[in-house]
Amino acid sequence: MRAVVLACLLWAAPAWAVQPAEMLDDPALEARAREISAGLRCPVCRNESIDESEAIVARDLRLMVRERLLAGDSDSEVVAAIVARYGEFVLLRPDTRGVNLALWLAGPAMLLGALGIGIMTIRRRTAPAPETLSAAEKARLEEIMRS
Amino acid sequence: MTAELGHFALILAFGIAILQMVVPLVGAHKGWRGWMAFAEPAAVTQFLLVGFAFATLTWAFVTSDFSLQLVYANSHSAKPMLYKVSGVWGNHEGSMLLWLLILTLFGACAAWFGGNLPATLRARVLAVQASIGVAFFAFILFTSNPFLRLDVPPFDGRDLNPLLQDPGLAFHPPFLYLGYVGLSMAFSFAVAALIEGRVDAAWGRWVRPWTLAAWLFLTVGISLGSWWAYYELGWGGFWFWDPVENASFMPWLIAAALLHSSIVVEKREALKSWTILLAILAFGFSLLGTFIVRSGVLTSVHAFANDPERGVFILMILAVFVGGALTLYALRAGAMEAKGAFGAVSRESGLVLNNILLAVSALVVFVGTIWPLFAEMVFGRTLSVGPPFFDAAFSPFMVAIAVAMPVGAMLAWKRGSMARALRPLAPVAMLAVALGALAFAVQTGRSALGPVGVALGVWVIAGSAVDLWMRTGRGPLAGRLARLTRLPRADWGKSVAHAGMGVTVFGIAAVLAWQQEDIRVAQIGAPYAVGAYEVELRGVTEGEGPNYRTQMAEIVVRRDGRDVAVLFPEKRFYPVAAMPTTEAAIKNGVLRDLYVVIGDPQQGGGYAVRTYIKPFANWIWGGAILMAFGGLISLSDRRLRVAAGAAKTDSRTGGVPAE
Repeated sequence: MRAVVLACLLWAAPAWAVQPAEMLDDPALEARAREISAGLRCPVCRNESIDESEAIVARDLRLMVRERLLAGDSDSEVVAAIVARYGEFVLLRPDTRGVNLALWLAGPAMLLGALGIGIMTIRRRTAPAPETLSAAEKARLEEIMRS
Repeated sequence: MTAELGHFALILAFGIAILQMVVPLVGAHKGWRGWMAFAEPAAVTQFLLVGFAFATLTWAFVTSDFSLQLVYANSHSAKPMLYKVSGVWGNHEGSMLLWLLILTLFGACAAWFGGNLPATLRARVLAVQASIGVAFFAFILFTSNPFLRLDVPPFDGRDLNPLLQDPGLAFHPPFLYLGYVGLSMAFSFAVAALIEGRVDAAWGRWVRPWTLAAWLFLTVGISLGSWWAYYELGWGGFWFWDPVENASFMPWLIAAALLHSSIVVEKREALKSWTILLAILAFGFSLLGTFIVRSGVLTSVHAFANDPERGVFILMILAVFVGGALTLYALRAGAMEAKGAFGAVSRESGLVLNNILLAVSALVVFVGTIWPLFAEMVFGRTLSVGPPFFDAAFSPFMVAIAVAMPVGAMLAWKRGSMARALRPLAPVAMLAVALGALAFAVQTGRSALGPVGVALGVWVIAGSAVDLWMRTGRGPLAGRLARLTRLPRADWGKSVAHAGMGVTVFGIAAVLAWQQEDIRVAQIGAPYAVGAYEVELRGVTEGEGPNYRTQMAEIVVRRDGRDVAVLFPEKRFYPVAAMPTTEAAIKNGVLRDLYVVIGDPQQGGGYAVRTYIKPFANWIWGGAILMAFGGLISLSDRRLRVAAGAAKTDSRTGGVPAE
């Protein structure tokens, strides 16, 4: 019986992501809130943003984002406030401080390196091939043309 | 009893795999034909034994034999038959058995179709393939035995995770494994070639069909997974840059690179050692994917058998195989001298660029995926790397590939001319820019993503069409049309697959740039507007499915007063697993998808309803299907089938003329 009750609770529990009741009336502000939430990770979920998550804490964070926006914070101030409370773990877009710079530069650096190696290799491979025919080949060619 | 027989067959196959790993290798080294010939019957027997083991496990699931622990934990007597069968691989142990089945299937295929390979190469390939088998037999028998019995069989099972009870996901793992494991063939060929100390055009021609097959299965598997996420998870996302998704995407990227570089080996005998390295890396990334999925070191939405002990075992397999192969590579790669020289502007260079972009993009995904782990272990920083990073760091590579693809595909082998390649593409470029501008003009005040996506898509799709057309040579239209139908299938496959890439690029850009979302409390019988459509919630009814309860809404979508669709989104509850799921209702269309999700009843009456208009969403998977279909066409090419006869037509192996 208890299982049934629990099941019914779950059944009715607030599920999935942003609820209509949470949304702000001002569409511009709400759009900013959505944008910010999509970049913040739900602290207890596996790998979801607070915008997608069903967890209670994600809901609290969504509400907090909206409260701060209503209070007139800028986007970065809202994010900073949440990072101050939950740590940089919630940032889905890692910042560029310290060693994270290596993460951001890894792609461009590897690309430049690979392009460099590729170009060098192709250059080296393209040893000037004999563009003209050798004497023997010329003689053979003339022989063919004559016949 | 059957389960014990299956277990026994698995142990027998393990023994045979050990023999197959050693005997042919010794035979090939000493030149003993009898020892080399042992490999083929061994490979076939292995496959039959694992097939039998798999059949017994499937039987246990089909008949709901809850005395098996695995069946008890992952099945239920009321579950539909399709999901009883797919439940076999919907769990860790069973999916490993499927993995082994496919691994031994590939081994058996190499034995069946490898009749024309040089005897020593075939023996070595099969021995290396068996060594992979040994590792995974040991893994499954010692850490993940699917045939464990329960002392007291329970009355009924605990059901499969409801999210997995879905046709898209039923077939997602088999395709994915066909891809992952298919890359083991390329790996075996690479290691065998390193042992042999020889790579030539025939080798390239041998490796290509296996890689192509693996790649096309991976394409299908990944797109099935993405399609499933789209309709099942309830907000229409199709890609989340989750570690587990990345785990399947990295091998795909590397396999695509390998596919292209093996063409250079086959046609021009260049890029040999690079191709070997790619073959090793491709399978290495497959193993890494297995590790990521099954160890739980990286948190992911796809929780699946998170067990550190198993993780360590797979990590050891990964270290032994990739480490061993790379050591062998370091020792032997010098022996692979390249033959074909080529100019800086040539098809070869184009393919080198393709390889650089694909390989580096795979490495970017790799770095992003393991970065949280690395930062935490080395620097003690707990951080996340999510979609915003990958969008910014990865997408430029795909844009670059799309820009370069039509040009590279048109360049001549050996020494090409940029002007000659660009001339026929000029109208394509103009068309692409014009349509991009049109898109920009039609949309107002939105991001540049849409128009750029249109331009890139048109450029790639029309570019591949022009590429195919230029292959028909010169002359009157009728002659060219006739020649078009007689072009080699590999050419058709290339163009279709390239066009598929264009379609996918366009679909992704379009849906991201132009989708419309509406979240609100809808009152029954009160219509509201979403974009150009009018949406009305007609009512919500309670119902009962085979193993779930459901709340089903009826939602009508109209446009200009006409009914476009009546949709029935559901919220389901699976009592056995105690899990709710949302079942979005989607009206699919070529130009747009209408996507509605029903939420909870609200306090003030009405229901939460989400409505999405997703333009061109189906193009994403349509393009993936085209890519896979292109691979299939190419695979059916006579030249590849002739590849099986490479030894017969020995005179041709020296070098294939440059078209």
